[in-house]
Amino acid sequence: MPLTIQSGRDRKKSPLSYLDRRLALVMPLCAALLLLAATAAHAADDGNPLAGNAKAAKAGEYEFRINCALCHGLGAHGGGRGPDLTRAQKKHVHSDEDMFQVISNGIPGTVMPANGTNGQGVGMTDEEIWQIVTYIRSVEVKAPAKPTGSAAHGRELFYGDANCSLCHMVEGKGGRVGPELTAVGGSRTREAIIDSVRNPSRRLAWGLTEATKEFPQEYETITVVTADGKEIKGVALNEDNFSVQMMDASENIYLLEKDKLRSFQKSRESLMPRYSPAILSEKNLDDIVAYLTSVGAR
Amino acid sequence: MRARRIFANFLVACIAYPFLTAHARAQVTFERLLNSGKEPQNWLTYSGDYSGRRFSPLDQINITSAPTLVAKWVYQTGATGKLETTPLAVDGILYGTAQDDRAFALDARTGRPIWMYQHQLPGDIRPCCGRVNRGLAILGDKVFLGTLDAHVVALDTKTGNVVWDVVAADYQKGYSFTVAPLAVKDLVVIGVSGGEYGVRGFIDAYDSATGKLQWRLYTVPGPGEPGHETWEGDSWKIGGAPAWNTGTYDAVTNQIFWPTGNPSPSNRGAGRAGDNLFSNTLLALNADTGKMNWYFQFTKHDEHDWDATQVPVMIDSGGKHLIAQANRNGFFYVIDRTNGKLISANAYGKTTWSDTKDAEGRPVAKKEASPTLEGHTVCPGALGTTNFMAPTYDPQTALFYVTARDQCDIFSTAPQPYEAGHAYYGSAYFPSEEAEPYRGFLKAIDPATGEIKWKFEHTSPTWSGVLSTAGGLVFTGDAEGNFIALDAATGKTLWHFQMGGAVYAAPMAFAVDGKEYAAIAAGSAVYAFGLP
Repeated sequence: MPLTIQSGRDRKKSPLSYLDRRLALVMPLCAALLLLAATAAHAADDGNPLAGNAKAAKAGEYEFRINCALCHGLGAHGGGRGPDLTRAQKKHVHSDEDMFQVISNGIPGTVMPANGTNGQGVGMTDEEIWQIVTYIRSVEVKAPAKPTGSAAHGRELFYGDANCSLCHMVEGKGGRVGPELTAVGGSRTREAIIDSVRNPSRRLAWGLTEATKEFPQEYETITVVTADGKEIKGVALNEDNFSVQMMDASENIYLLEKDKLRSFQKSRESLMPRYSPAILSEKNLDDIVAYLTSVGAR
Repeated sequence: MRARRIFANFLVACIAYPFLTAHARAQVTFERLLNSGKEPQNWLTYSGDYSGRRFSPLDQINITSAPTLVAKWVYQTGATGKLETTPLAVDGILYGTAQDDRAFALDARTGRPIWMYQHQLPGDIRPCCGRVNRGLAILGDKVFLGTLDAHVVALDTKTGNVVWDVVAADYQKGYSFTVAPLAVKDLVVIGVSGGEYGVRGFIDAYDSATGKLQWRLYTVPGPGEPGHETWEGDSWKIGGAPAWNTGTYDAVTNQIFWPTGNPSPSNRGAGRAGDNLFSNTLLALNADTGKMNWYFQFTKHDEHDWDATQVPVMIDSGGKHLIAQANRNGFFYVIDRTNGKLISANAYGKTTWSDTKDAEGRPVAKKEASPTLEGHTVCPGALGTTNFMAPTYDPQTALFYVTARDQCDIFSTAPQPYEAGHAYYGSAYFPSEEAEPYRGFLKAIDPATGEIKWKFEHTSPTWSGVLSTAGGLVFTGDAEGNFIALDAATGKTLWHFQMGGAVYAAPMAFAVDGKEYAAIAAGSAVYAFGLP
């Protein structure tokens, strides 16, 4: 029997309705909302009926906390999972109208959801979305983003001396053990990328996300000893109570049943080494971030 | 000749008797619900019986045979999202629900559908947490469904045809039903959802034959009613206190025990100073009138969305008539169900919000646990130590089993004006990195002491409920899609099956043709397992 659910005005049926309230906040908002781009300029406040209205901006701040801050952070500085929205340059947005559309409709191909699609009813009203737009504009840093490093040199380091590509792939080139990084420069803040390089274990990267599952798999480190005494260390591709799927540093995949192992250990200490300033200078890291940002902005 | 006639009559009787019996048994009377223990092959209420124990007296599947369990059938509901249903089992037929208010009847031997009902939902319903439904109640020749647009619908058990359909409240103001109703005497008892929309919560009882409203208890008292003084100004009008999980019934005292949820707005106490009765409260109601006999409030003036809507499980122990509840706020409460007096409250998960108790023994919130503008970390988080996942009490081990999680959140206030039909939280909460990773458990609690006898740690927190059986087993599901049988005494895993979709439902057991099955919903399907 076909479903008879009608789409409301601009409220679509939730693709994420299985998620609970928390989840509805965690997952969808955790991605690329308004991405920074090197070139985009901030256009006029076209179409925003509340442009410059301080009271609306305050109301928008609270709406932002409730609806956006989980990924974009309190104060819109980026939550590690979502981009910093205080930057004037944004990948998907020039005008206020663009921003309204992005909040209303989400960004296809990312986990930035459309308004009202998180299983929590009818979503924000148009007025509330304009309040959020007004709030974001009020906290933007108007100065142009500070010049970053050399993307060209960053690319050299990524595939060369910094050894990033041994484990990470960008645009089809590189290793498989770590997260693929083509889009990371567009979806994560500069600070979050730097933090991931300096302190890879502080916040483990997300791996596989399953449709009905609350939490994505993280890049945890797994060490097992098989029945025949072989020790395998690698990264978790997936895991449940009874099995684990993992990849070792040589990119071998192992599919294992836990009850057949001699031992199974899981650690939140990332396989990625900590890149301290002694190993990777601030300048070189800046260059790598510039490289990732230039790729991510494409 | 006479002997032959007698023999012929006997033969007719032999042939006819099973049919007569089958016909008679098609009617699920109140007496059958009261005496559900006499028909262990059936599962007649959301929790299996009136006590809320979610315990099956079946023992064919037991600690010896469980390792040989195999999948018997799968029914694909075709719905998407969280499938939270517990099917009912009645004389070889399962009655269940799926998202967006579908109901269905299945051949319990094969999983083949007999009928399906799809409620016609408007496009602008206001679910808080998914377009979910947790199941049906059955009485006479009808099953009863609460809907997301706040209707109560009676369906014919043989066809799924609508017998009556009544509107309980205005869904556009945020009222909805997700709960499995409870049939008591000739009434269909149901509690409303909408704590995230500033509703005024209520519990209704409808005449099962006609759908006529017999009584309504508002969980937020109006002017002149006891408890009204616990609300600041007009805050009671949008005070929340929904009642979205199924209660239990004690025939001896003719009382319905029904728990309530958070005051609105859920995470901001400013503007509703006071205890906010009867939010986060266990209510003892006269089944005939809905009049309140006593109440026990678990979390006063809640600011963390800690609905107390967990199933209030009736336990009889040492001559005492008790209710045990593993509360979302992280404490396990034991209450004397004859008078509502608290006997004990012990933490069963990670809690930071309370380190003192009042004169009655109730945990009291620290002042600094209140959400602030800047936000700070409190455990458990807004999802609670447990939530809607149904627990179980096994009278054989005398242990209470519950799904629990350790997770903390940063709670931050976000003042928000009330607007009818619009989500109304007054706060935002975020996962606290301090608490990562979140940990999920199945815990076996001794109600006599509050002690945790054993725990099984999941790979990640699960939303599955728990079933115990006379076979010495507990069954549960995990977030990765496994259905798991454990030894109820030790927590040792005996068997598991990967169903391919996360579990948000609670298991149940039934028997047909003398064969026991354990069933659970996962992903978008219902699965039944049995012995080879």
